[in-house]
Amino acid sequence: MSGADAAAEALDALPEIPRDDDGPVFREPWEAQAFAMTLRLYQQDLFTWPEWAATLTAEIKRAQAAGDPDRGDTYYHHWLNALERLVAEKGVADATTLDRYQSAWRHAADRTPHGEPIELEKRDFSD
Amino acid sequence: MSIDEDRGQDHSHGHSHEHGEMSELSDTQLRVRSLETVLAEKGYVDSAALDAIVEAYETRIGPQNGARVVARAWADPEFRRALLEDASTAVNTMGNVSPVGSHLIAVENTVERHNMVVCTLCSCYPWEVLGLPPTWYKSAPYRSRAVLEPRAVLSEFGVTLPDETEVRVWDSTAETRYIVIPERPEGTDGWSEEQLAELVTRNSMIGTGLAQRPDGKTEDS
Repeated sequence: MSGADAAAEALDALPEIPRDDDGPVFREPWEAQAFAMTLRLYQQDLFTWPEWAATLTAEIKRAQAAGDPDRGDTYYHHWLNALERLVAEKGVADATTLDRYQSAWRHAADRTPHGEPIELEKRDFSD
Repeated sequence: MSIDEDRGQDHSHGHSHEHGEMSELSDTQLRVRSLETVLAEKGYVDSAALDAIVEAYETRIGPQNGARVVARAWADPEFRRALLEDASTAVNTMGNVSPVGSHLIAVENTVERHNMVVCTLCSCYPWEVLGLPPTWYKSAPYRSRAVLEPRAVLSEFGVTLPDETEVRVWDSTAETRYIVIPERPEGTDGWSEEQLAELVTRNSMIGTGLAQRPDGKTEDS
């Protein structure tokens, strides 16, 4: 299945994806990156769209219960939460692993002069 | 647990640049990068495939302000002057575009000088005005070659400049982000700002392309 087909299926399955007449729109680059990762995982049968929709809906409900005022501009924050959760539930990477990588990336950014590509190295994992 | 001073910088919102010349990633960017790294290491995603998906949406990310800023500068000499003097303030007075941070500098292409920008993708990249940087833009070779042999890089993008045109390369720092105002194409007299904005490509605002011509031809790649 092509990426475009997968994206079309995602739009059908997820009516609330921010979009215009031509397809999805993203407020920031990371939103598109999160969307792209989700498409790839779907293409590899890690989950179905109904399964994804259920996880995302649960994350949105949880955020609303916690007082999230506006679903529109926080949609991809919920999306990212859902992605982390589903990746953990499927046994791909648990929260501890993701935390460890986040610390490492922060370390990598902190030692990388501005204007140079930020690259993760082994030493970023040792604290 | 004590926090190492160097690493105790503010990672929440606000993005001050008090940490000097080091890179910075927001908490959200850290989460996205971490997911991508883990998923790539486990063989679920590869960055080329992800880049391809993201690139397919590159014109649909962020407010895409830059083209309208350039079109206004072409159409309104007063605005152009204000933009060259203080780009952030000028853009923020446009009213109908999303506000930009205070570090934006506009540089104009002329017959005498062609401007080109290099930077990499940390949170200081002005995607609010330029849209998403292309994949090549993030690469180390582009950055070093753009400085060493800008004409060769330009020719790979299909841009050949007269020998007498000076090529100036601007290297973004934590304090400065650049937008190139490309030359207004000929044959566009009397065009509205909306029509003009259609001619302003992303690459033309980075300086690796020229604005589209009214006949639809482009030297952008």
